[in-house]
Amino acid sequence: MHPADNPLVSHPRKAGRLKVIWHKLKKAVEPLTDSALALVPIVLVIAFFQLLVLKQPIPNMGQMMWGLLQVLLGLALFVRGLQMALFPIGEEMAYNFVRKGNLWWLLVFAFALGFGTTVAEPALIAISEEAARIAAAGQVIASSAEAQSNYAIGLRLTVALAVGIALVVGVFRILKGWPVQYLILGGYFGVVIMTFFAPPEIVGIAYDSGGVTTSTVTVPLVTALGIGLAHTIHGRDPLIDGFGLIAFASLTPMIFVMAFGMLY
Amino acid sequence: MHFGATLLTMLRDVLPIAAILFGFQALVLRRKIKDPARVAMGMILVLLGLTLFLEGLEMALFPVGRLMAQQLTAPEFIYDSAAAAVGPVQWFDFLWIYAFAAAIGFATTVAEPALMAVAIKANQVSGGTITVRGLRYAVAFGVAVGVAVGAFRIVTGTPLHWFIISGYVVVIIQTISAPKLIIPLAFDSGGVTTSTVTVPLVAALGLGLAETIPGRSPILDGFGLIAFASLFPIIAVMGYAQIGDWRANRLKRRLEQ
Repeated sequence: MHPADNPLVSHPRKAGRLKVIWHKLKKAVEPLTDSALALVPIVLVIAFFQLLVLKQPIPNMGQMMWGLLQVLLGLALFVRGLQMALFPIGEEMAYNFVRKGNLWWLLVFAFALGFGTTVAEPALIAISEEAARIAAAGQVIASSAEAQSNYAIGLRLTVALAVGIALVVGVFRILKGWPVQYLILGGYFGVVIMTFFAPPEIVGIAYDSGGVTTSTVTVPLVTALGIGLAHTIHGRDPLIDGFGLIAFASLTPMIFVMAFGMLY
Repeated sequence: MHFGATLLTMLRDVLPIAAILFGFQALVLRRKIKDPARVAMGMILVLLGLTLFLEGLEMALFPVGRLMAQQLTAPEFIYDSAAAAVGPVQWFDFLWIYAFAAAIGFATTVAEPALMAVAIKANQVSGGTITVRGLRYAVAFGVAVGVAVGAFRIVTGTPLHWFIISGYVVVIIQTISAPKLIIPLAFDSGGVTTSTVTVPLVAALGLGLAETIPGRSPILDGFGLIAFASLFPIIAVMGYAQIGDWRANRLKRRLEQ
């Protein structure tokens, strides 16, 4: 008797072609369902407040559905591209720098990455122009357009410098294996002290500038760089030593912007 | 046409980054990138994905979200009539605003692409102990509390730094007692929460609120909400790890008895 015909042994049936296609389809749709799940809360919140609290109809349903479809697709593509390009590139460069063994070039790279990605950041441009308007209104600077634009550019360069230095310090910390909390808590202590000496108009902007510096493209890249370094260097743990770069990049702008406000 | 403009802005955003990466790769490291076709494809997907994402948000969610923030903070809605506030501002007149602040803070953070990237990486690195969804929800919960507290601060007019300083004191205490593995990740999550999705809606809320309440200046008090949205996730993520740790310990004690 052919073993396949033995009724006492159960054989797994070969998956049919339909099943294989179904499986592939499921794999292809998975990122889409993931991003759909990420969007459910925001749709619910807007529907709830619009329909039940403000008691108004949702305007332009068709346009809204079309927009949501774009958001969904965009998020799925982004996550896919992240895993194809930004993560591997960050980790590969970390590996190559460690192999090259030149500390100075690694630090120059860290600074360039921090400074270069921040100086052109649209959110930062918006916030520094706003800050210049406040400074002019508070008579910290002359209200001429030129003085305002100088102030805004000065602020932008300050924040970009802060992020560049943050990445240099952060990368150096990974190489040395220093615990992140001492540096961060020390930095926050500095923020608190400076809050009392900085002009009040700048404090809110300084606090907010810490949040706007890290863009959606920079974050995955910087994270992958840190984890790549921690992976490659002997004795570093990716979870303990690899994370923390973003934290530095959101901390130093607060200190630098308050210093800018005190000096200007 | 709009799509083209957004794509251009994104391109302008990404080009300096690409120039730095490839400049160093070619001139300093002098190594070829592994699988350049795949990397190029991935870059295009990132660019296209973010463009579609922003376009869609601008089309579907931002206008109605901004309008909502304005309507909820308008005196007509808060006081049931146009005849604005009589007497001092009462913080409990604004309950719907705190609810909206928390809800919109949570919902926008869950959809934040940068946070998703960090969560995916944390999941990989931790070998699955930290789940993508768990981290995102913890961070979103932190942002929700942060934005609600920030709205409350604008209403009461308490100085910003008192809240921020007491928040940092909590962070310091938690840092001493929380599991060491979570600390760097917790600090990082403070920085990634506030970008593409969260900032426009939260800023609209802060500005609207500061305009409505007498005695608040939009330029002075409108700022600061973002800072709250970056501080509270640190507390939430460490708290999430602490609760997990505490429950594991309790279980262990019970099993030993």
